Amino acid sequence: MSTDTQEREQELQGVGCSRKRKEDPRFIQGKGNYVDDVKLPNMLVGKAIRSPFAHAKIISINKDAALALPGVHAVLTAEDLKPLSLHWMPTLAGDVCAVLADEKVSFQYQEVAFVIADNRYIAADAADLVAVEYEELPVVVDPHHAMDDDAAIVRDDLVGKDNAGQGARKHNNHIFNWDVGDKDATDRAFESAEVTVKEKMINHRVHASPLETCGCVASFDKVKGDMTIYMTSQAPHIVRTVVTLLSGIPESKVRVISPDIGGGFGNKVGIYPGYVCAIVASIVLGRPVKWIEDRIENLSTTAFARDYHMEGELAADKEGNIKALRVNVLADHGAFNTHAQPTKWPAGLFSICTGSYDIPVAYANVDGVFTNKASGGVSYRCSFRVTEAVYVVERTIDVLAQKLNMDPAEIRMKNFIKPEQFPYQSALGWEYDSGDYHTALKKVMEAVDYEGLRKEQAEKKARGEIMGIGLCTFTEIVGAGPSKACDILGVGMFDSAEIRIHPTGSAIARMGTISQGQGHETTYAQIIASELGLSSDNIQIEEGDTDTAPYGLGTYGSRTTPVGGAATVKAARKIREKARKIAAHLLEVSENDLEWDVDQFRVVGSPDQAKTMKEIAWAAYNDVPDGMEMGLEAVDYYDPPNFTFPFGAYLAVVDIDRHTGETKVRRFYALDDCGTRINPMIIEGQIHGGLNEGYAVAMGQELPYDAEGNLSGNTFMDYFIPTMVETPKWELDYTVTPSPHHPMGAKGVAESPHVGSIPCFSNAINDAFMQFGATKHIDMPHNAFRVWKTIKEMGLNKG
Amino acid sequence: MAKTHIQFTLNGQEVETLVEPRELLIHVIREQLGQTGSHIGCETSHCGVCTVDLNGESLKSCTVLAVQANGGNVMTVEGLAASGELHAVQEAFMQEHGLQCGFCTPGMLMRSYRFLQENPNPTEEEIRYGMSGNLCRCTGYQNIIKAIQVAAEKLQAK
Repeated sequence: MSTDTQEREQELQGVGCSRKRKEDPRFIQGKGNYVDDVKLPNMLVGKAIRSPFAHAKIISINKDAALALPGVHAVLTAEDLKPLSLHWMPTLAGDVCAVLADEKVSFQYQEVAFVIADNRYIAADAADLVAVEYEELPVVVDPHHAMDDDAAIVRDDLVGKDNAGQGARKHNNHIFNWDVGDKDATDRAFESAEVTVKEKMINHRVHASPLETCGCVASFDKVKGDMTIYMTSQAPHIVRTVVTLLSGIPESKVRVISPDIGGGFGNKVGIYPGYVCAIVASIVLGRPVKWIEDRIENLSTTAFARDYHMEGELAADKEGNIKALRVNVLADHGAFNTHAQPTKWPAGLFSICTGSYDIPVAYANVDGVFTNKASGGVSYRCSFRVTEAVYVVERTIDVLAQKLNMDPAEIRMKNFIKPEQFPYQSALGWEYDSGDYHTALKKVMEAVDYEGLRKEQAEKKARGEIMGIGLCTFTEIVGAGPSKACDILGVGMFDSAEIRIHPTGSAIARMGTISQGQGHETTYAQIIASELGLSSDNIQIEEGDTDTAPYGLGTYGSRTTPVGGAATVKAARKIREKARKIAAHLLEVSENDLEWDVDQFRVVGSPDQAKTMKEIAWAAYNDVPDGMEMGLEAVDYYDPPNFTFPFGAYLAVVDIDRHTGETKVRRFYALDDCGTRINPMIIEGQIHGGLNEGYAVAMGQELPYDAEGNLSGNTFMDYFIPTMVETPKWELDYTVTPSPHHPMGAKGVAESPHVGSIPCFSNAINDAFMQFGATKHIDMPHNAFRVWKTIKEMGLNKG
Repeated sequence: MAKTHIQFTLNGQEVETLVEPRELLIHVIREQLGQTGSHIGCETSHCGVCTVDLNGESLKSCTVLAVQANGGNVMTVEGLAASGELHAVQEAFMQEHGLQCGFCTPGMLMRSYRFLQENPNPTEEEIRYGMSGNLCRCTGYQNIIKAIQVAAEKLQAK
């Protein structure tokens, strides 16, 4: 490549460079615009009144005292919403969810009433004055007892219905059964196997808890009949459609704006009762209504993650060659099935649970149940149920290694899908696009001196010191997804980009996705810069306003780069094709005589004859070939042909204090392969953040319920968010195996570190104790108290 | 509820307003005085996104009454670049990719600003302890720590 070409490429700040973020100047100067910063004239504030009980009949609600308080405008209950048919709302999973409790409450902190007042202080006073009389009912807390004969019924509204929206059910508290794979062949493989292992393990109930809680400002203009909603939403376009379906307001008169969002991590995908109450209140009162939940409400009500009770089994021969995988899951969805998934997938993409391994037959079976706990089941920084799937296979393979007395690295190397097997058909129906797992793990083992670490571990063991080494070699499935397999409420899971080039060669582009910190304003511009030869500094990116952006399904499940990124490439290439025609016209040559060169079309064999994209942009508005439309813009709605399958190899080294149970993460080495890398700086930032969230889940986060269904840890005092003190140092590495079906080979990255690190930490803790003879799997969260209990049970604190 | 008159300096400007005695400083700064750079994340003083500077000390403004700021000197993220130039911590956070969603950033910057005056030449361990009242969910902290180190060097060189 010539120096001139290199210089021109560098000037573009395109794909592959660590461009500084376009978002940062406003954030570092306090000029971000988050939902709670929105202040409209005559705006009121709404606040929910919540149930103190997990399960209780509502005998009466007296709102007189609250309504008598000056500055209170209304108190809404289910009775008030009934005439509008808005006291219940449909969920993405085919169920319904109470907007305000209808005759009974089914979980602690459920919304019972909603006050609207002049300001937050009066709203809080009024909430205290609403008198609700309850009659307590027996509760179902443990999902393992949800389907007992004498279990209390969580959902009276579903009694007598043999279908709760996702197929046949067999008990009043049963939601669905979903299975995949060849059960008979799998059972036969287990019967004839030389070695089998079986372990029960829990992916416990956690919460994504972004630092900005959920909220909205709903503003209904009674004169025009327009509804504008500022909302903390990862999927504003779908919200618009749902608002129309619920309210009857034409979609053209509903505008949803997701402004700057203070982290999402899956918590901001769903539509929650507070949003609906604010919208209804604005329609009823004709004034803007703001609802912002507080931290306790966020942790207690708006969509937990996980709560998967799994049993993983592997069958193998004596040499460690895996023959079959079988997984049974009991999924606790809480009081309503508000699981956020593509419609056809009651257990999300859990069937990725064969992982990175060439497993001939497999079978997975999932039962979902109702309990008297908050509803949810969102994907906390992962594609749908992928964290759970990766955990079960990555933990169980370690259990198998232990039984065979093999090293966890050796058994992985032996069973990896080989590079030449891609595209690979998995036993549970996926076509993995690309991968090179052997290279990734080998690179990690060399970087950390794996053999040296194992030697050190053995030496420490001899001295009674507890050191653990955890591995995780995961494969994700992201980028939902092909519309033939994935939809949300009937809308296919495509995504979109619209690019417009201005006459002087700058551009604006709008996408159907929405950043919550991922840096889309920076990275989308890099893609367009590389495709069109225009400097990314002159490309403005906008998202999140449904009045201006093309329809898209939003940002979650690592789908932005695989789907929205692909739409961006395709739209840019449409523009480049038109530009080629204009260039041919300007240069008076045939299109076929032109070649693309960084930022210009030039005549083959005559490089001095060229037209830059900037020159072409100008011509597009005054000198185009006969019969061609003026202008230079394109839109693309991209329906991906397949998912993408990012992968990685992670290794953790932990030292456990045998007297206190405290775990120190000495090393964490993360190698990720997300295909083509758009902005290495942003990729590394995403990985740091995902690793820290994985650390939080594995080592401490938990939403704990007592036997009465009381949530006993719903503030940041109790709910573990790592500070800088306990957060480990991260060492990063990468390989690049492009996706063959993505137009630029990219796969998505932000969730891999969360998905991959949780089993890695858990494997390290389990490895630490397995060497001392532990034979049973140890469940997360691996906080100091629980680790100390294990130490004590095993007598490792003596001496 | 009866209101109390308070006045204080906010980012170099004298401000005065009427508040209820129970009103929190963060609510007054954001909702009455319109400076929305400081955020609200937990209202229990754990997350630190509301961190401001009051009379030369870092303060979580969600757990202080506005009346307690009466006669005081309050600085928020909006005051960091008051001279017209970005402060070294602002520049360093941008340069080192020390922020993602931006929600914790104003609090992080205000704590860094004060911390580097308390300890102009900190070790990594000291940064980790000195900043531990500020939570971030996006960054995994590594680049924030790097940014504070870079800012410290820059400020030392001045």
